[in-house]
Amino acid sequence: MSFLIFLPLGLIGLLGLSLAAGADDAVMYGHGLLMAAFGFLGIFWVIARDGDMGGPAKAVPGGVNYNDGVIRAGVVASTFWGVVGFSVGLVIALQLAFPVLNFDLPWTNFGRLRPLHTSAVIFAFGGNVLMMTSFHVVQRTCQARLAGGWAPWFVFWGYQLFLLMAASGYVLGVTQSKEYAEPEWYVDLWLTIVWVVYLLVFMGTLWRRKEPHIYVANWFYLAFIVTIAMLHIINNLAVPISLTSTKSYVLFAGVQDALTQWWYGHNAVGFFLTAGFLGIMYYYVPKQAERPVYSYRLSIVHFWSLIFLYIWAGPHHLHYTALPDWAQTLGMTFSIMLWMPSWGGMINGLMTLSGAWDKLRTDPVLRLLAISIAFYGMSTFEGPLMSIKAVNGLSHFTDWTIGHVHSGALGWVGMVSFGAIYFLAPRMFAAEKLYSLRLVSAHFWLATVGIVLYASAMWVSGIMQGLMWRAYDSLGFLEYSFAETVEAMHPFYVIRALGGLLYVVGGLVMAWNVYQTAQGRIRDERPYETTPAAPATAPAE
Amino acid sequence: MSDHRHVDEFTGVETTGHEWDGIRELDNPLPRWWQWVFWACVVWSVGYWVVYPAWPLVSSHTKGMIGYSSRAEVAQEIKTATAGMAGQLERIRKAPLEQIRTDTGLREFAMAGGRSAFNVNCSQCHGSGAQGFKGFPNLNDDEWIWGGTLDAIFRTITHGIRNTEDENAHQSEMPAFGRDGILTKAQVADVAEYVLSLSGQAADGTASARGKPLFTDNCAACHGDNGQGSTEFGAPALNNNIWLYGGDKATIVETVTNSRRGVMPAWGRHLDEATVKQLAIYVHSLGGGK
Repeated sequence: MSFLIFLPLGLIGLLGLSLAAGADDAVMYGHGLLMAAFGFLGIFWVIARDGDMGGPAKAVPGGVNYNDGVIRAGVVASTFWGVVGFSVGLVIALQLAFPVLNFDLPWTNFGRLRPLHTSAVIFAFGGNVLMMTSFHVVQRTCQARLAGGWAPWFVFWGYQLFLLMAASGYVLGVTQSKEYAEPEWYVDLWLTIVWVVYLLVFMGTLWRRKEPHIYVANWFYLAFIVTIAMLHIINNLAVPISLTSTKSYVLFAGVQDALTQWWYGHNAVGFFLTAGFLGIMYYYVPKQAERPVYSYRLSIVHFWSLIFLYIWAGPHHLHYTALPDWAQTLGMTFSIMLWMPSWGGMINGLMTLSGAWDKLRTDPVLRLLAISIAFYGMSTFEGPLMSIKAVNGLSHFTDWTIGHVHSGALGWVGMVSFGAIYFLAPRMFAAEKLYSLRLVSAHFWLATVGIVLYASAMWVSGIMQGLMWRAYDSLGFLEYSFAETVEAMHPFYVIRALGGLLYVVGGLVMAWNVYQTAQGRIRDERPYETTPAAPATAPAE
Repeated sequence: MSDHRHVDEFTGVETTGHEWDGIRELDNPLPRWWQWVFWACVVWSVGYWVVYPAWPLVSSHTKGMIGYSSRAEVAQEIKTATAGMAGQLERIRKAPLEQIRTDTGLREFAMAGGRSAFNVNCSQCHGSGAQGFKGFPNLNDDEWIWGGTLDAIFRTITHGIRNTEDENAHQSEMPAFGRDGILTKAQVADVAEYVLSLSGQAADGTASARGKPLFTDNCAACHGDNGQGSTEFGAPALNNNIWLYGGDKATIVETVTNSRRGVMPAWGRHLDEATVKQLAIYVHSLGGGK
């Protein structure tokens, strides 16, 4: 069965070579070679592993032979991309405060590094976390090995190739200039292939399940995978100027393009950064807390209401623009109706901790998961608030938006991912336990203080910016010039960069902790005292 | 996997009977407050759809009860703002500059409008405080390259300097004495020493003496015999230690060698006349308007 993978890998290698041979530009040449390397090195890699698709090669007596190798790789990739993405974020935060750090070079200016940051944190860090946890959760809750033989590995490495082509393209100036969808047409096509294989692996595993019902976390993962496929394909419809050129033209124009873009953009938040990460919450929170999920009924109702309502909310990114008023109305009202469905997830997550609140003192991993839910609740209140046209008139285009996104991204997505990584590291690397819980606690505080500095600086700066833009003097003239608002924001940009620095340091502490755990080391440290009633920190299995 | 219901010890609530990898689910009802707030949001949204434009139809959309349109709203706001200023702007358009300057009410309005227009259009080059930067004159001091009277300032703002968009723009061209081989490198250095001495800076006496006749032959026609400058040619004074590009020797050598060619847009083509007049009043008031 193994050799079946050679055919697609060989074809990919040949396709890469022919792209490189006929390339119209240097970037296509380089990306063609990367694709060729992927195909041919893939063949050698499969041969070298001698049929080992990951996890124990022999059937495990009395249990399921899980594919944990690909999850192990996911732990490494998530940690790596997390540190990269946070670091680039720190660089661009510093560039905004001190423009000299653009270095006057095309490759290092803010315009190219900003998509590098957003893609690295959302798609590289977030995407790897989602693939890693979905592969873990679907196997454990279905009691079935991942479907598709080598396919999960193809998804993992294929996704890394997508990330590499996207990131190198940005720095070299290849972009289709759609926010959060910057990769050019051929990178989009490659991601589509990888994504469809991902969907098939996930559904194939669900198909094989030994449980009668599909666990709620898997509904969220499935909604995430299916919807992202739809959003990705439609928003990236484009016509390349030639099959060997990196350049393409987007199919839509004007306000249709804007609406398609924000239908995509907002649902990238809704289905990538929300639905997928709710899947993480629904498995790792009850596992780490060792408590049952609060309400099955709530999970059904908030799942379907979230899925149905989220997809309408995109137009709230285009208030007071050329978008017709009726579409703005729908975007705003559906965002308001979305408030409670979002909070359903928060309630179910936090209430699952009832009976386990005492563990927050002794289990920093659970603390990361708990605070992520709190940030989720806060951001999903702030979002509907900002979608109200009167509020949006003040907040739109200001730093308030940046603060909102980061309280969600650093607080919810980041923290719940850290919790999952700390949960998986000792289990996937067959270590007795995490190298250090004290370092997890240090990471928790670094990240939390970082977010508080970041978000509060951006709230103050954003609201101030919005108020300065709309200030008139008594005779009806504008009070401030744009440059004056920029000058006034400088101190907050410095505070924001400081918050980002703390978050990066937290990421480095995690990387160190994961590395040591993988080496099987245990740090000599004062253990957390556990009360006799709750022996909390023992691994759950 | 177990399909029998089980009661959670801590909460006393039954589970649904399913179990996945050790995870159970409690059979709790939906929180009452959660349902109420959800339905309240739905009712509010439906109400909003009735009042405002909301749902697309085949060739149109529902218009709502109050005839709301964001375009009409912003048009009304602009109309109100414009109407509030119209009287004053009309008076400014008609009045000569000197009259605007001496009429208290008009001057107050022109100063506010001028400051606002300056911040939006001029501060990028001349600085928020009009303090200027290298190559962009300070507008707070007594030095006026193209003249500091109200009319001269108005003319400079209206037509600009050395731009290609307005044929009445101020034009003058300083030769690139070094680059074009009019003066040798050594001669440029001598002229620079002499220019240093004009503004009372320390200079090499012998070099400066060699530079003086070179200055008279090449520079004095525009900058004046004593370096006093000429607003007619836009030739800055060289004898007062106010410098557009810098008064140290290296910068002077650079200026004489390659020349300078500062450009300013013709704002009369981008702003209406009343705004340019307000700008002239504002800039004139900043420091040493003549």
